[in-house]
Amino acid sequence: MKKTLATLFALLSLTAPAVAKDTLTIYTYDSFDAEWGPGPKVKDAFEKTCDCTIEWVAPGDGVAVLNRLKLEGKNTRADVVLGLDTNLTAEAAATGLFGKHGVDVNLARTPIPWVDEYFMPFDFAHFAVVYDSQAMKDPPKSLDELVNGNPSQKIVLEDPRSSTPGLGFLLWMKQVYGDKAPQAWKKLSGRILTTTPGWSEAYALFTKGEAPMVLSYTTSPAYHVIAENTDRYKAAAFSEGHYLQIEVAGLIEGSAHKALAQTFIAFMMSPGFQDQIPTNNWMFPAGPTSAPLPPAFDALVKPAKTLIYSPLEVDQNRRAWIDEWLNALAK
Amino acid sequence: MLALGFLGLALAAGFLPVLWMGASEGLARFDPYIIRVLSFTLLQAGLSTILSIALGLPVARALARRQAFPGRALVVRLLNLPLALPSIVVIIGIIEVYGAKGWLGGVFSIYGLQGILLAHVFFNFPLAARLILSDLERVPAESWKLSAQLGFGPLEIFRLVEWPQIRSSLPGVALLIFLLCASSFAIVLTLGGGPRATTLEVAIFQSLRSDFDPQRASMLAFVQLALCASLALLAQRWGGLAQGWPPLRTHARRFDGRSLSACVGDVSLITAGLLLLLPPLAALVAAGVLQLHGSMLLVRAIGTSLALGASSAALAFLIVWPLASLAARSRTWARIAGLAVLASWIVPPAALATGWFVTLISYAGMGGLAAFLVVAMNALMSLPFVHQALGPALAQSAAAHDRLCISLGLSGWNRFRLIDVPVLKRAIGLALVMALILSLGDLTAISLFGTQDFVTLPALIYRQMGSYRFEEAIGTALILGLMVLAFTSLAERWSAKA
Repeated sequence: MKKTLATLFALLSLTAPAVAKDTLTIYTYDSFDAEWGPGPKVKDAFEKTCDCTIEWVAPGDGVAVLNRLKLEGKNTRADVVLGLDTNLTAEAAATGLFGKHGVDVNLARTPIPWVDEYFMPFDFAHFAVVYDSQAMKDPPKSLDELVNGNPSQKIVLEDPRSSTPGLGFLLWMKQVYGDKAPQAWKKLSGRILTTTPGWSEAYALFTKGEAPMVLSYTTSPAYHVIAENTDRYKAAAFSEGHYLQIEVAGLIEGSAHKALAQTFIAFMMSPGFQDQIPTNNWMFPAGPTSAPLPPAFDALVKPAKTLIYSPLEVDQNRRAWIDEWLNALAK
Repeated sequence: MLALGFLGLALAAGFLPVLWMGASEGLARFDPYIIRVLSFTLLQAGLSTILSIALGLPVARALARRQAFPGRALVVRLLNLPLALPSIVVIIGIIEVYGAKGWLGGVFSIYGLQGILLAHVFFNFPLAARLILSDLERVPAESWKLSAQLGFGPLEIFRLVEWPQIRSSLPGVALLIFLLCASSFAIVLTLGGGPRATTLEVAIFQSLRSDFDPQRASMLAFVQLALCASLALLAQRWGGLAQGWPPLRTHARRFDGRSLSACVGDVSLITAGLLLLLPPLAALVAAGVLQLHGSMLLVRAIGTSLALGASSAALAFLIVWPLASLAARSRTWARIAGLAVLASWIVPPAALATGWFVTLISYAGMGGLAAFLVVAMNALMSLPFVHQALGPALAQSAAAHDRLCISLGLSGWNRFRLIDVPVLKRAIGLALVMALILSLGDLTAISLFGTQDFVTLPALIYRQMGSYRFEEAIGTALILGLMVLAFTSLAERWSAKA
């Protein structure tokens, strides 16, 4: 028995990463550092420019990353945190763990002017209702058409309590309907097939044909065109505009590798990093790339208007708005 | 004692920090939201439990009576499978069959309470059947001989032979299933149809994760604690001790159920069970079998899953064995053990892990700790399953063999080797497999402590799903399923060896 246990632990330690040189520890969400995600390529590219090693730590999605950070507090091993979105940055800044990134904010190529000195954006995409063009001939042309449309054509949504797109859609509804959001939610509820805990469940239901619409990103169709060679799935352009998600990175003030962390954030705004974003993370790059984006990206929906709340507004109202949503739907 | 100490320490380290965070600011009020959430939890978990047992019990009886038919071994092994599958995989399997575009072409809507129940029964009736079957297999050979001599009909056999045997563990099985359903998360949200279907677990998750509201989390954790503890005590009150000498090594031969009508009845019951179990599994095989891509990450995930699973199974066994041995000989200990093994379920695993984290992070970095924490947490979560598989068997064996052992002066390691292992081989095998399967399917621990290279199969499945790679993820799930079947058959081979 003892021998078996010893062997097992030996096996376990084999799976642990080897340590050498200076190690830059970056917390990120799990699909970023998946072997098909941008993580491994970014690691290779950055390690060529510095005498260091990147170690990714992925505790789950963006919210899980922030919660890990809160739990660890000043003891955190993170040097850089990559993959929070602007809905989380106010909360993240409030931990007091983050330092200024020291990069020129004007380098950010985002749909809204960038001013944050603590977090730099690395990619972005607008939320969109993605529909199956084989099952739906006349997709809604506005959020209002979605809310008031034919209730037999359903949509799969994500839960704002546990999912980033879910929260994004809640904020989108709030931007468009303001105080009338609860009524709009009630109206929409007849069209909601179900509300899933995360994007994966929702998108699985959608691609299995359970509903002709799902809440996803304007960039989703690019994946299907490039990786699956089909233009069956399209994003619907909404006349009120689309809510924007911006993903950012920041550095930890108390990090032992702060200079290296700053170098990394600067590197993040260069083609070495940005080239990996479009076809590995399926988002728009927030900095220069060495070549133009693949044609599939040019064909994507270009939102008429960008909707977004400031990080502070989200932080102050999220709880109340989620309760409002809960009350509108749970009765 | 050591086992209890470990448990107590683990729980204190996990629970106190969260409780402290909450209590230091006063508990949240018992508001209508909590009442609504609580009643929905009770409703869906209660119904799921009743349905799972109502199907699992007859299937187990039928399987116990038909001791040899082609494919029986495979059917029994398949019963272990759903427990290991991540819920998102089961959801996809169910959609492939019952969904709008599914094989059955959407005969009914799977969104709403019926969908939750369908998925929960798919998950749990096999578990009920498997545990009850292991009970029925311990009916002493003499009972079957005697009942044949006395000419008992099926009703008398059920009342006088099977029921007393099942009764010792049925409340425990029901409690396990209730806890599994009450803490079910993705299934309740996805198939429930919206926020109306919010369970306690969802509410705790929300207050710990997205709201970071420890007050409400503590309040909800208290509600969960009270609920689970009272159910556990209730279950113990109903349970009894099975009497008689369990069959040693060999199968007890049965003489009943040879009439045509009994045959037809059993076959149709087993078929009914398979009709519920097989289609979603078959749909998953069909969807994933062409998507098996070998990769370094996959190989590493398999290795990590195996190592973690085996270590946590061993740890769980080392904790439960001494507890169950004490429990077999004293009612007080039985009560303590019954509650202690449930601890990791009474305290929500997410809260537990959060607490460990807070406690340990200040003493040590994450590095080497991660593997140990995942193993410890998986072991804790599998305790009630190991206890359920082991406890009743151990108690029965203790009642039958204690006097003999005392008169022979057998104790300690010699007794374990010469008496307990041979008699309890099946139970031990089942216990280890259950623990292994639970750890193989775990997502909670690994998502808290995992890193880039520290990936298990379920974590890999979720990563793949998060990047549009749904078919590949199902391929990975198939590998997970194959591992479960391989382990189950290994354990069976071991317990069949004389």
